[in-house]
Amino acid sequence: MREVVVVGAGPAGLRAAENACQAGAFVTLVDSSDELGGQFWRHLPAARAAADEHRLHHEWSVFQRLRASLDAHPHCRILTSADVWAIEPDVTAGAGLAVQVIAGAADDSGRLRLTLLPDALVLATGAHDRVLPFPGWDLPGVFSAGAAQALAKGERVAVGSRVLVAGAGPFLLPVAASLTQVGATVVGVHEAARPKQLARGWLQKSWQMVGFTGKLLELAEYAAGHVRHRIPYRTGSAVIAAHGTDAVEAVTVARLDEGWRPIAGTARRIAVDAVCIGHGFTPRLELPIAAGCAIGEDRYVTVDALQRTNVAEVYAAGEITGIGGMPLSAAEGAVAGLAAAGVTPPKALLAQRDRQRHFASRLAAAHAIRPGWRAWLTEDTLVCRCEEVTYSALHAPAAGRSRGLRSRKLTTRAGLGICQGRMCGRTVEDLLGEDQPLLGAMTTDRRPIAIPIKLGDLAAESTTDTAALEGTT
Amino acid sequence: MRIVVIGAGIVGAACARRLTLDGHDVTVLDRAGTASGTSAAGEGNLLVSDKGPGAELVLAQYAARVWRRLAVELQDELDGNTPPIEFEPKGGIVVALTDVGAQALRAFAAGQREAGVDARELTPDEARDREPWLNPAARVAVHYPEDAQVQPVGATEALLASARRRGARLLQGTEVREAALDDGGALVGVRTTRGDLAADRVVLAAGPWSAEVAGRLGIHLPVLPRRGMVLVTSRMPHRVFHKVYDGDYVGAVASDAADLQTSSVVESTAAGTVLIGSSRQRIGFDERLQTRVLQEMAAKALRIFPFLAAQPVMRAYGGFRPYMPDHLPVIGADHRLPGLWHAVGHEGAGIGLSVATAELIADQLAGRRSRIDVAPYALTRASLQPHLTEQVA
Repeated sequence: MREVVVVGAGPAGLRAAENACQAGAFVTLVDSSDELGGQFWRHLPAARAAADEHRLHHEWSVFQRLRASLDAHPHCRILTSADVWAIEPDVTAGAGLAVQVIAGAADDSGRLRLTLLPDALVLATGAHDRVLPFPGWDLPGVFSAGAAQALAKGERVAVGSRVLVAGAGPFLLPVAASLTQVGATVVGVHEAARPKQLARGWLQKSWQMVGFTGKLLELAEYAAGHVRHRIPYRTGSAVIAAHGTDAVEAVTVARLDEGWRPIAGTARRIAVDAVCIGHGFTPRLELPIAAGCAIGEDRYVTVDALQRTNVAEVYAAGEITGIGGMPLSAAEGAVAGLAAAGVTPPKALLAQRDRQRHFASRLAAAHAIRPGWRAWLTEDTLVCRCEEVTYSALHAPAAGRSRGLRSRKLTTRAGLGICQGRMCGRTVEDLLGEDQPLLGAMTTDRRPIAIPIKLGDLAAESTTDTAALEGTT
Repeated sequence: MRIVVIGAGIVGAACARRLTLDGHDVTVLDRAGTASGTSAAGEGNLLVSDKGPGAELVLAQYAARVWRRLAVELQDELDGNTPPIEFEPKGGIVVALTDVGAQALRAFAAGQREAGVDARELTPDEARDREPWLNPAARVAVHYPEDAQVQPVGATEALLASARRRGARLLQGTEVREAALDDGGALVGVRTTRGDLAADRVVLAAGPWSAEVAGRLGIHLPVLPRRGMVLVTSRMPHRVFHKVYDGDYVGAVASDAADLQTSSVVESTAAGTVLIGSSRQRIGFDERLQTRVLQEMAAKALRIFPFLAAQPVMRAYGGFRPYMPDHLPVIGADHRLPGLWHAVGHEGAGIGLSVATAELIADQLAGRRSRIDVAPYALTRASLQPHLTEQVA
């Protein structure tokens, strides 16, 4: 029986696992959380299950069905609380890849090391949110939009009582909706893109949007929610500073020009006790890179029509191939799952995936980051928070400065802290290459150790016997 | 003289700085950015402890003296915009954890002492005093006060900045295409992706990529890559005070085996992380991670410092050491191509040996007598001759 390993249990990974099972493969689904669903369907743990999950989630019934079908399937093994920490060539077989897993609660000592040797691998590792730095963004009370969303969905906790949501992208709307549902007052949603930039993505050739009624309805629902809760929605506007002594007490918002540069004289202060920021998403590429997958100019995994990467029997689906939201991720996952199981996906499914992808690329253009944001940085704005590296340290005098990323990182220490550039990497690259582009293909996405692993666990022997897992997950 | 230095790693940087001191007109070029290759992939070891009596030890002892002077000079002459080199003369401690290892380590240290190395066997109390977290099961510990550490990228950048202050030019993103030869066949410059550079002398310092560059100049140079990995923990309170090795390290450096060798080298950095090295593999320029390598390194580090078991590793990085078939660097002129000089093949010791290499190159170019005998590092040495005959395709 063909063995398929799926990494990531969000919409893409769940659909990949479901389809691969149905196509006759034996599937191992690995996810680092203790619950399935990924970021999109992050929810209360089973022990504290609530009856109202559907209220906080779109397509909750889809998730419930997927989870039930995988739980029941005799050829699906689900490993939660399990991290893939490395992928490497399978040296024993001389071909294929070895997927290195560490299982058991993250803070336990003596987690189990497991080596999976699949016939096919589906990577659906998703994305984390990107936050552009601004003065004061390191104050307590400043949250990434994704973190605020996760706390609302996964813990029913509101990050504050008066919350401002800002950044770019359609994701800001569901974040604002979740916040109101857990009791926060959202004082405004500030979208950096100006109407013209938005219109190019959303409205031009609007006939192409036919078929997106679901997505548009979802957004309309959010819009209606905004009206109901009287949440102001501003475009061409950004948080350019946060203020407070021990925690955020206020933010400064300003209007932006087309290039996202703040317009002089438009700044105003708004009192808040929390602010949620998201400027789109950064794909989690460490595992695709470790597997040898080609990454495109756009910094997403390059895939063909069957979600195949350039590496034999390695497939990619979901946000790592391009940010597109749940419907696209799910469609890609379904295609990848079938292809990984050796079955040709039906034409209708491929067509559906293509339509979703088209829609997603228009949205991405509508909310794409523009370089004027750097104008709101001050010399002492922290860029890398782990190592406390300021903007001024990153743009030291250009003459004779190294144009190698590695050298610049090691001499500034930007991106070398515990988050290993997951939070700041793209921003650090942008700022280091501001005057003179960096040389070489090295990027901050390359992390051969995909997650921190304790030396004691690293020193332990790995097993290929999954029976050893009994009792640990 | 107009001198082109190929390679902006630490060896090229050290040569560039030293040559500007002699008044030469120096241009450093690198196909990538500065300190992008091997110099950015090691721990920054300035060691005498791992070297037995012989030519490499002599060079290392000389380098140790140069570094102590240079660390002060660089700090004095460079402004706040230059990254710190983090020179720390912290000393090394080599421990043996088995009786067999203890015997070998004692014998090795005795030989080193005869060659002038300061190698002091510590009593168990002294060892505990210096490294309180050391595995109490250690049989023997030998202290090497001459061992030191730099942050290798910071050191490379500081040396380059110093060279630039004295007029050296730096061309990044500039790749050598081929040799420019005069009618007599002597090297009079290099043709690069960004135009021709005339030179009276060309110093090749491209580390493990020197074989490829030499090939473009029409010369066979048998320098090969040897893969190494380093693990980096997250920051922690300072609990490792010296560079601490297990005795196996000594064997691995001198060995010829292609398959995996690991031995443990544990040290703290100024940033608060702990570096754990190192592995040695001859697998060409294959960059892919091999977890069995990391596993072995981790296991050996825990034998020395059991407390590390609970510490997370947040990063692993690897690089390629440049080695010659006889495990000695080549420092000096290439008799086959007049005008070409080599500063290559330092294997895992290039950070330390770089500054001594630069002295020897400068001396020979100036016709000065060097502080140490240069003959053992010449391309014409007997041990290299069998490897120089291969024709370039």
